[in-house]
Amino acid sequence: MQFLADNFGLLWDAFLTTLSLSLLAGLLALVLGTLLAAARVSPIPPLRGLATFYVETFRNTPLTVVFFFMIFGLPQIDFILGFFTGAVLSLGLYTAAFVCEAVRSGINAVSAGQAEASRAIGLTFGQSLREVVLPQAFRTVVPPLGNVFIAMVKNSSIAAGFATSELSSLLPRLVNADAGQLTAVLLGVVIAYMLITLPLAFGVHRLERRVAILR
Amino acid sequence: MAFRVPQVTSRPNGEPLVRLSGVNKWFGELHVLQDIDLEIARGEVVVVIGPSGSGKSTLCRTINRLESIEQGEITIDGERLPEEGKQLARLRSDVGMVFQSFNLFAHKTILQNVTLGPIKVRGKSKAEAEQRARELLERVGVSAQADKYPAQLSGGQQQRVAIARALAMDPKVMLFDEPTSALDPEMISEVLDVMVGLARDGMTMIVVTHEMGFARRAANRVVFMDGGRVVETADPETFFTAPRSDRAKDFLSKILNH
Repeated sequence: MQFLADNFGLLWDAFLTTLSLSLLAGLLALVLGTLLAAARVSPIPPLRGLATFYVETFRNTPLTVVFFFMIFGLPQIDFILGFFTGAVLSLGLYTAAFVCEAVRSGINAVSAGQAEASRAIGLTFGQSLREVVLPQAFRTVVPPLGNVFIAMVKNSSIAAGFATSELSSLLPRLVNADAGQLTAVLLGVVIAYMLITLPLAFGVHRLERRVAILR
Repeated sequence: MAFRVPQVTSRPNGEPLVRLSGVNKWFGELHVLQDIDLEIARGEVVVVIGPSGSGKSTLCRTINRLESIEQGEITIDGERLPEEGKQLARLRSDVGMVFQSFNLFAHKTILQNVTLGPIKVRGKSKAEAEQRARELLERVGVSAQADKYPAQLSGGQQQRVAIARALAMDPKVMLFDEPTSALDPEMISEVLDVMVGLARDGMTMIVVTHEMGFARRAANRVVFMDGGRVVETADPETFFTAPRSDRAKDFLSKILNH
């Protein structure tokens, strides 16, 4: 434990990196994923096709490959992202595909009558989605979205392989410095991850109870 | 009878408020609407009855294009129903609809249910929309429930809110798609009373229903459908006492003699 205390500064910085990476990528994934879900249920076929193509591309590509493309592929066409920016984009764009499918399942769970009633009073497709369908869809997908975001926090560890000094990158660094401290280092890193994921899970649970609606 | 249905009034040029001409619709192989021609005048109350599967609900839903049609033309106040997009949304805002399953917005309070359309579609201020909504809720007798959520209300109350929600848009015509079919028997009359009141006030109404009492009390005309066709059209008294078609006689004998 003394070893962890000695390296607290390092651990703290890595924790903040993982946290900010998760928050930024999470925000990107939530916004983009919701837009993709809206596109996938829209009455405009090209929009549906584009969103489906996006989801199938990112959902079926290993995250490591997405990182590789962002950080080593894009510079080939003179498009250079910083390591951290590349990590946020990789993680966010990848997770958006999963957010899209979770939100879409929620949209499908809202009864058709709700959308019909909103169209019947003259709301446009976009208004109906914003005012009536999505607010109800989000309520049903809080638990699966929680899963997606917890998985995303853990997936952020891939950034360690692409020069971002986040939590997982400490494992080889600290163990190389003192192999005898392997257990302590593992424990420290796992606890740091849990400091993000457990409050997230708790928040999801609270949110689920707060937004539950009678049907 | 407690009141007389007001005389049907047409515009000077005689243009009906709703006109369906040569309307055909298929669900796959099934020809659900066959050569429907129907005109509804301003202020007229038309009841559409018929056995299940006769196409009466589908007919009702084509009038605000919740169902598209393959052939024919539907006009409302002289204006042809647009295919999609903003024009269709604008036209729908002038056509009130009440569904069998109420379809109140589950995540919004009763008051919000009624103000959503006026605020988002008509661009009214929140205060203005709420004042009007409270008046309408008062009129349908559920003003005490304004801050509750739909699931906290009885079916009859929910359906009356649904009527208020449609009225809040100041529609030119109201469509009722089996408005009492999902209600417990003792709640049916509270909804029908509201509808009779609307008819008395001169609202143009197209009502798909099995409520023969309502048809007798409030309708100017009964349209009897079977197998996707309009089989017979008559005033209620004639239709119920002396139906012309065998199909209508058969239908009436089944629903009236038990």
